[in-house]
Amino acid sequence: MVKYLAKRIGHSILTLFIIVTLVFCLLRLMPVEGYFANYEKMTETQIQAGLQSMGLLDPLPVQIFRFWRDAFQGDLGVSHIYRVNVPVVDILADKLPISIQMGVTAMVVSLILGIPLGLVMGRFKHRLPDKIGTAIVILIQAVPAAVYYLYIQMYGTTALNVGLLFNADNLRYWILPVFSMSLGNIAFYAMWLRRYMVDESNKDYVLLARAKGASEDRIALRHIFRNAMVPLVQYIPSAFLNTVVGSIYIESLYSIPGMGGLLVTCVQRHDNTMVQGIVLLYACVGIIGLILGDLLMVLIDPRISLGKKEGGR
Amino acid sequence: MLFFLKNAKSKQLEDALAGCQRSAAGPAAAWAGLPEDELFTPAGFRAEEAEATASSNYSYWGSTLRSFLKNKFAVALLVALVAVVAFAFLQPHLPGQIDPNYCRVDPETGIQYRNVAPGVDGFVWGSNSIGQDLWARIWAGTRTSLIIAFFVAMIEAVVGITVGVLWGYVRQLDFFFTELYNICDNIPSTIILILISYVASPSVPTLILGMSLTGWIAMARFIRNQILIIRDRDYNVASRCIGTPTFRIVLRNLLPYLVSVIMLRMALTVPAAIGSEVFVTYIGLGLSVETPSLGNLINDGRQVMMQAGLRYQLLYPTIILSFVTIAFYLIGNAFSDAADPKNHMQ
Repeated sequence: MVKYLAKRIGHSILTLFIIVTLVFCLLRLMPVEGYFANYEKMTETQIQAGLQSMGLLDPLPVQIFRFWRDAFQGDLGVSHIYRVNVPVVDILADKLPISIQMGVTAMVVSLILGIPLGLVMGRFKHRLPDKIGTAIVILIQAVPAAVYYLYIQMYGTTALNVGLLFNADNLRYWILPVFSMSLGNIAFYAMWLRRYMVDESNKDYVLLARAKGASEDRIALRHIFRNAMVPLVQYIPSAFLNTVVGSIYIESLYSIPGMGGLLVTCVQRHDNTMVQGIVLLYACVGIIGLILGDLLMVLIDPRISLGKKEGGR
Repeated sequence: MLFFLKNAKSKQLEDALAGCQRSAAGPAAAWAGLPEDELFTPAGFRAEEAEATASSNYSYWGSTLRSFLKNKFAVALLVALVAVVAFAFLQPHLPGQIDPNYCRVDPETGIQYRNVAPGVDGFVWGSNSIGQDLWARIWAGTRTSLIIAFFVAMIEAVVGITVGVLWGYVRQLDFFFTELYNICDNIPSTIILILISYVASPSVPTLILGMSLTGWIAMARFIRNQILIIRDRDYNVASRCIGTPTFRIVLRNLLPYLVSVIMLRMALTVPAAIGSEVFVTYIGLGLSVETPSLGNLINDGRQVMMQAGLRYQLLYPTIILSFVTIAFYLIGNAFSDAADPKNHMQ
């Protein structure tokens, strides 16, 4: 267990190192106007002097080393366009709380809605609730998220009588973004829970329970459901990544002042250092989420030993 | 042919026997009804028949097709999908079509036909805010999105299969690829896509590159696991013993086993790629408006979606897009069920 954990974390650190280096190198290929707020008005010498002072004319290995040293000390450089000369870390610290709140709420909502849906689908296999549920799941999985997010925004804002733009103080404004963000995972949980319940329902202990005279509802809830929940845990890391990615789109759609919206803004305005910082943060969040998911799996099911795990995801 | 004749003969005999047994009381009566020569004539020896080996008339693709055709809904969907895709590619060659980037101007006032409702003034699906024909733009966009999706699916399949086979079959490479997988698998693919599109200028090849850069890993991993399971089965060991070259073992013994899953993954890549294109366009890293794609049409539609009268600009592209993605999803699933040899035994 400890050995596995050490290896797992080692991998993650290596991955992080590679991503950051890659991001750094790739962004050097970008046009230099992303480093100056008023690029059009500058002369060639001013640009060269500016680049010199930022250390961007040094050889690449020197730059990478410097970037790593600074990043280790929590310094990701300053924004050049989005908010001129404000440290990237400060801007991110400003935006992070609302993204975390929203992401966690969405994860919880998707569990609360997705698991009962899967339970009902598994309980009434091949009957009306299952058919309706399957149709919903297929619709959510096959249609690109970008499309149904738009329709939710279009009709939802009218139905709930809220404005297009997010207002953190009014709880009604939280409903649509959180619901949109959790929709993908609701389908995901429901689909897998149904499949595992169907698998479990063919096992002998179900037959025994039925022979004892337990009601179908009791069998589904007390016997099958409990066992079907265990393998579901391995999908939590993927669900976490889904939420992270979904947040990029939704935050920008509703103008939520969080990380995702910020990424879209900075990409559109070509602020290189900001993009670099945000991509780094997203990579970290993704990696940490995957590790936590793996750990959670061990905690919930004592039968799983991580050392022998063969890429369950 | 021989096999058929033999089957027919034995069936005839059995029928006769069964008939006799039903009609009469004892077994003696049952045999009595049969012609003498059928019971006692020696078969003799014919060299060519002794050498002939009867093979089953089971055909993999035949069974796949039969079981796919049983699923009426999937077949109907497939017909509709083929029609839509064919129409998307034929549409520019039909007479009377307008260039998707042409802004039509009202000859009397000299103003563009802005936001004309569907069906008015010869705009089948209306016009957008600068007078371009949405009918032409949506079909052109469908073409672009489908081309991107097909290329991504092809690249993923080719690279994924090649790497997966090497990874599973060549033991020395296993360590290297496994470590590579452990690292790559941790990177959220959306981040890669955003990064590639940000650094390179947006174009169809860039998008294809960004999307297929990470997608092949899952495919390779899957193929590798399957190959590890079946590579040392007896029939493969036998093949190796009689000196079959490795590439032939892979092509004839291993890959046919995996066709259903490969097809399913490819079919599911298409909706995913179309979705990614919409996503990237929304972020502002997609194709420019001169290259209509479903992504930028939906993005244009989004900007006017709060005006109830202009919602058709969002509605039509999303209908086409949803139809294409749902169809690929369902057909892919139906086909993979049909192509799975386990479902052929009936």
